[in-house]
Amino acid sequence: MDKPARITPPLTDRDVEYLRAGDKVLITGVIYTARDAAHKKLSEAMDKGDALPFDVRGQIIYYVGPTPPRPGEVIGSAGPTTSGRMDVYTPRLLSLGLKATMGKGQRSEEVIDAMKKYKAIYLAAVGGAGALIRKCIKKADVIAYGDLGAEAVRRLTVEDFPAVVANDIYGGDIFKAGVEKYRRP
Amino acid sequence: MRNIRTSEITEKVKELCMDAACLLPSDVEAALRKAADGEASPLGRDVLEQIVKNFEVAASEGVPMCQDTGVAVFFVSLGRGVCLDGPLEDAINQGVRQGYRDGYLRKSVCHPITRKNTGDNTPSVIHTRVVEGDRIRITFAPKGAGSDNMSRLKMLKPAEGIMGVKDFVIETVRAAGGNPCPPIIAGVGIGGNFEKAAILAKEALLRPVGSRNPDKELDSIERELLEGINSLGIGPMGFGGRVTALSVHIEAFPCHIASLPVAVNIQCHADRHKEIEI
Repeated sequence: MDKPARITPPLTDRDVEYLRAGDKVLITGVIYTARDAAHKKLSEAMDKGDALPFDVRGQIIYYVGPTPPRPGEVIGSAGPTTSGRMDVYTPRLLSLGLKATMGKGQRSEEVIDAMKKYKAIYLAAVGGAGALIRKCIKKADVIAYGDLGAEAVRRLTVEDFPAVVANDIYGGDIFKAGVEKYRRP
Repeated sequence: MRNIRTSEITEKVKELCMDAACLLPSDVEAALRKAADGEASPLGRDVLEQIVKNFEVAASEGVPMCQDTGVAVFFVSLGRGVCLDGPLEDAINQGVRQGYRDGYLRKSVCHPITRKNTGDNTPSVIHTRVVEGDRIRITFAPKGAGSDNMSRLKMLKPAEGIMGVKDFVIETVRAAGGNPCPPIIAGVGIGGNFEKAAILAKEALLRPVGSRNPDKELDSIERELLEGINSLGIGPMGFGGRVTALSVHIEAFPCHIASLPVAVNIQCHADRHKEIEI
């Protein structure tokens, strides 16, 4: 697919069914941020049976810890962080209905299996493009774990946020396919 | 003796932190602009285009090019004729504190066990050597975790030789895949001992991208490794492609007759570093 698909959370099974690894997407709407420390807290909340700070069903979690906004700005630099560090927490969130995660770098086999099982996708944004990506973020509100600073959970309102489907619900994987295609003996 | 006030060092370090986060060095910028020419993958070229656009936005708007503004790493060459009015490391850390606050940079440093953030991005990692002269040269190279986490060190057996070194470098980059934000620069330290190899690898990253190694043998190994890495197929952001690394830089140092240490410090494409002299 050359033209990016436009997606808006909450995502349904139907929304993710037609996306394939390698497709470009533009996200418009509300997404949620969480990285290492927030995932640990989400996990502890689930252990205790507490409600999560937001209903994960159909949502996209973006792995990011932004720089502080300059006066008058919504957010600072806000590119993706390495997703692999969240692998240990991800299958459980997918089992609750989370439809997509977004970050950079490859995922574990456990996460890939869980994505197939729960019909969820993984999106990759361009790492190190935080200054550019911040322009797609129109609103940012800390909704939980404010004490974590850059690692707090934020609700972002985004417009035409560019990403690539890295893993689809059928087991398609851009990292594996890419290496396969361009590797030289 | 030449007197240098530590308050001047603090002021300069503060500016250094803010500038380095937003302005990519010209050698790295040139290499990234050229990279698309060698990229066969359309998606890879797309990524490279976004990377170029990003550092242009960062520079023109004065915002950090990457949200991971890193651990503050310094290499200091202190002239033996310099007389300071206070501790050097305190002056540098004070500059980091101010630069990360006033530059709206992310404070990414925490206690290793409790994970409690220190709140001001200190302490810095500072490597100091005393040299001839009465000046002080400070190189700042903030290091993000995405690429640092993918770095490795191994104590090889001497029998493994240069083949073992090459295999280890290629395997390290292969295993890293898309995680360290390729296209990367690979800093390789060969020899020394356990800690020296790591510092060599880090120092190797400070050499301008695209420059040749003055040592002919190391130069030829660098070229061979660059070709090997760019045959892995990882490509920009790991989406597949030919441009996985922009450059490979090697530093070597004599080692023990029983050892062959090798360290690979992977650097992401946002290869930030800046130098000042006082």
